[in-house]
Amino acid sequence: MSADIIKKSAAELAGLISSGEASAVEVTQAHLDRIAAVEDSVKAFTHVDPETALAQARTVDERRAAGEALGPLAGVPIAHKDVFTTIDMPTTASSKILEGWRPPYDATVTRRLREAGLVILGKTNMDEFAMGSSTENSAFGPTHNPWDLNKIPGGSSGGSSAAVAAYEAPLATGTDTGGSIRQPAAVTGLVGMKPTYGGSSRYGLIAFASSLDTPGPLARTVLDAALLHEAFSGHDPMDSTSIDQPVPPVVEAARRAEVGGLRVGVVKEFGGEGYQPGVLARFHEAVEVLESLGAKVVEVSCPHFTYALPAYYLIAPSECSSNLARFDGMRYGLRVGDDETRSAEEVMALTRAEGFGPEVKRRIMLGTYALSSGYYDAYYGKAQQVRTLIARDFDAAFEQVDVLISPTTPTTAFAIGERADDPMAMYLADLCTIPSNLAGNAAISVPCGLADEDSLPVGLQIMAPVLADDRVYRVGAAVERALQDRWGGPLLAKAPEL
Amino acid sequence: MSTETLVPYDEALARYEPVLGIETHIELGTKTKMFCGCATEFGAEPNTQVCPVCLGMPGALPVTNRSAIEGIIKIGLALNCSIVEWCRFARKNYFYPDMPKNFQISQYDEPLCVDGYLDVEVDGETYRVEIERVHMEEDTGKSLHVGGATGRIHGADFSLVDYNRAGIPLVEIVTKPIVATGDKAPLVARAYATELRELVRAVGVSDVRMEQGSMRCDVNVSLMPKGASEWGTRTETKNVNSLRSVERAVRFEIERQAGVLDAGGKVIQETRHFQEGTGTTTSGRSKEEAQDYRYFPEPDLVPMAPSREWVEQLRASLPELPAARRRRVQGEWGVADKELQDIVNAGALDLIEETVRAGAEPAAARKWWMNELSRRATEQGAELASLPVTPADVARVSALVAEGSINDKLARQVFDGVLAGEGTPDEVVEKRGLKVVSDEGQLGSVIDEVIAANPDIADKVRGGKVAAAGALVGAVMKATRGQADAGRARELIIEKLTS
Ligand SMILES: [Zn+2]
Repeated sequence: MSADIIKKSAAELAGLISSGEASAVEVTQAHLDRIAAVEDSVKAFTHVDPETALAQARTVDERRAAGEALGPLAGVPIAHKDVFTTIDMPTTASSKILEGWRPPYDATVTRRLREAGLVILGKTNMDEFAMGSSTENSAFGPTHNPWDLNKIPGGSSGGSSAAVAAYEAPLATGTDTGGSIRQPAAVTGLVGMKPTYGGSSRYGLIAFASSLDTPGPLARTVLDAALLHEAFSGHDPMDSTSIDQPVPPVVEAARRAEVGGLRVGVVKEFGGEGYQPGVLARFHEAVEVLESLGAKVVEVSCPHFTYALPAYYLIAPSECSSNLARFDGMRYGLRVGDDETRSAEEVMALTRAEGFGPEVKRRIMLGTYALSSGYYDAYYGKAQQVRTLIARDFDAAFEQVDVLISPTTPTTAFAIGERADDPMAMYLADLCTIPSNLAGNAAISVPCGLADEDSLPVGLQIMAPVLADDRVYRVGAAVERALQDRWGGPLLAKAPEL
Repeated sequence: MSTETLVPYDEALARYEPVLGIETHIELGTKTKMFCGCATEFGAEPNTQVCPVCLGMPGALPVTNRSAIEGIIKIGLALNCSIVEWCRFARKNYFYPDMPKNFQISQYDEPLCVDGYLDVEVDGETYRVEIERVHMEEDTGKSLHVGGATGRIHGADFSLVDYNRAGIPLVEIVTKPIVATGDKAPLVARAYATELRELVRAVGVSDVRMEQGSMRCDVNVSLMPKGASEWGTRTETKNVNSLRSVERAVRFEIERQAGVLDAGGKVIQETRHFQEGTGTTTSGRSKEEAQDYRYFPEPDLVPMAPSREWVEQLRASLPELPAARRRRVQGEWGVADKELQDIVNAGALDLIEETVRAGAEPAAARKWWMNELSRRATEQGAELASLPVTPADVARVSALVAEGSINDKLARQVFDGVLAGEGTPDEVVEKRGLKVVSDEGQLGSVIDEVIAANPDIADKVRGGKVAAAGALVGAVMKATRGQADAGRARELIIEKLTS
């Protein structure tokens, strides 16, 4: 039973639990067994708590036995990115500076997972404070891609993508600041969604870049992603930037899965040099699939997208330099050098010197510089102007087409250590995903096959206007159905056994 | 610290022209903090009015308190400012242990209220102090540095921080440079702070108590040689925590800076601290160490865009402001500028007005509050308003005097009783048996005794020196323990001795 259970989708598991064919405890135990079996080689989690998970599962079973009406994902296990606060588990953002910290409150996303009856198995590894594209920047060591343990699982939500791709959990939460959900999903053969900015609450999400951070789901199917999206999204009065509008009908759209008559734009600027041939081949195949399904595909130019990466690397570090100032050893977390001879200032400096990893320090310095008086206009100010231009590119494009598509990331998963000393090469992984963070619109990555040269997964990115989240699910689900017909099953079935 | 040569004030003003600037921080009296739901009560047990938001816990986010925005808009309107249609909060970044996030949510180049003014009067002359901006920010926690010589963080043995204050809504009011005040500069500064306090108190959005820190002033002073067109280098004096200190700080800085300039030196642009004990200022952070606050728009909050309808509603809700009220009251009561000023300074305006509203004659109400009760407040070192006597009590005492059932002397005894908690004026009169003796039979026999006991004086009166009767009236009052109707006693004495 165990082996069957872990390969099932969240929707299927929810069906089994709701019909009584399986209990939530059984389902949870199956995933805990899988974690025990493969975690040594995958290292997706920073913290697993079998006792709490089983207790949550038992509660769901009891409530069902008592005849209570439960949500559509009740009893389904989930892996929770360690960037969301959890009152009953440590929350570290994979940083030494927060090692062992127990938050006094639950993030809104955490609270909604609990209210939906989802069973939180543990917290997943990530790039420290969500800064990175490989999960190598974790204070607790790298996570491995289940397709090839020598490769990175993407980042920053790499623990979440690896956990779902390794069948340790059917669902995971992630956060996407520059591609941190979509890129890990692409390189592990999963579905990863960045909702419209403000569509999901940031309250209790440890901030990297406040104007960009967006919680979203990772799953093995488009429908599962939509179910999770619906479970934790929606207006939150605790987050001033949260949109006070109903969640778009994403589940309905994922079930509808059709694109007849839809206008699809291929972003001209994303392709060609720097893109792996196998990635481009799979992308072009996806375009043909869309045409065969009745979509009208045209090429659309978004001229300012080429400036998105430099603009992002000014805005995100600027915000992070301020957001991370609070980690000073005064109130919580690591404290270094407090030997009763040093001043508060010295203790703060020593704590930060020891508590932050090199990539976090690099970005804090970058951002501090970009915000300095005398440089502000040339860097932060200019980057904000670029941001406006990118949003206008999207507006103009969405006058011509309903959705835009591109490869999610220029290459498949690279080897652990390969780009560790080359930040620029690392930053290029987010080339195609960053524009949607800067503009705040909805974007999803769905699997579109394996690259010929390395047999590793390739992702197709589908972008839609702000609050048209349902549209990317509709297109994603149509592509998923057509491709699975070709493959004879889910792409993940082609992954090697762990 | 170098010893400073001060130039006597008048000499300094003979050669230099001061330019002032005043930044005032006012804590709003909202029930909850600026960006979270924590209580704001003053004096609570340290670190009991805190939550993840105001402690800057990882992941916590601010949500703007609408009543704080209402408060600042009211202050802006009362200061004749324009309320902008759109503005943002900004982050002011610097590291200090009493700042939970190591940045303060404030406003930078987009303040909510701009371009206002406040007229103040000094020695009968009106000075218009122009307001550059009024903006909204959050307060920091409060540090207590234990040990060390300076009471500041450097050199302290250890420091304690109370975050109850962190996140309390703070309004900052910044003047434009105040020029051409000459030797009145310290008085103008004080009058501005006084008038601002009255204004904010009238608007009702803060208790503006300088001694509790709910109003704090930073005073900028620079000097330029008389006739020069270019302003001198300014200093910013912090920690000025009373109206009197505002005046003294300006005065001291004028004397000190004149000394520096006279010696051919340069005034250093720096932050200085006011020393309450000596009335001097001492050097703080200098420009070399000046912070780069790296302001940028606060991404966790959406822009503020107060609708014009809302602004007009708030304008309509403003109460009568102090200047207008003073003009009205002056007309109604017929008092001189100086006396009105004394009333305002004594904090008696509300009390007198309520007493008049309760039926007393303005002159009587003023007399009791400004003489008798002010004296007692001074004796007790208390605020006039905090005495356990109400305007209604004072109005009742005035009425008893007016109808002749007690006199001024007895009225003082009535106040003794009321202040001692013996009850209402009527109850005190009853309990203490205070009543003017005007009954002719009773009074007549007392007068006979007094005449018999003072034959010499009685003879003088008989001889035509009517003025001498005063001594006999005094004796009658003494004999009746003040309860006699002095006027009636005088009439009877003269009647008995001259008819
Ligand atoms: Zn609070």
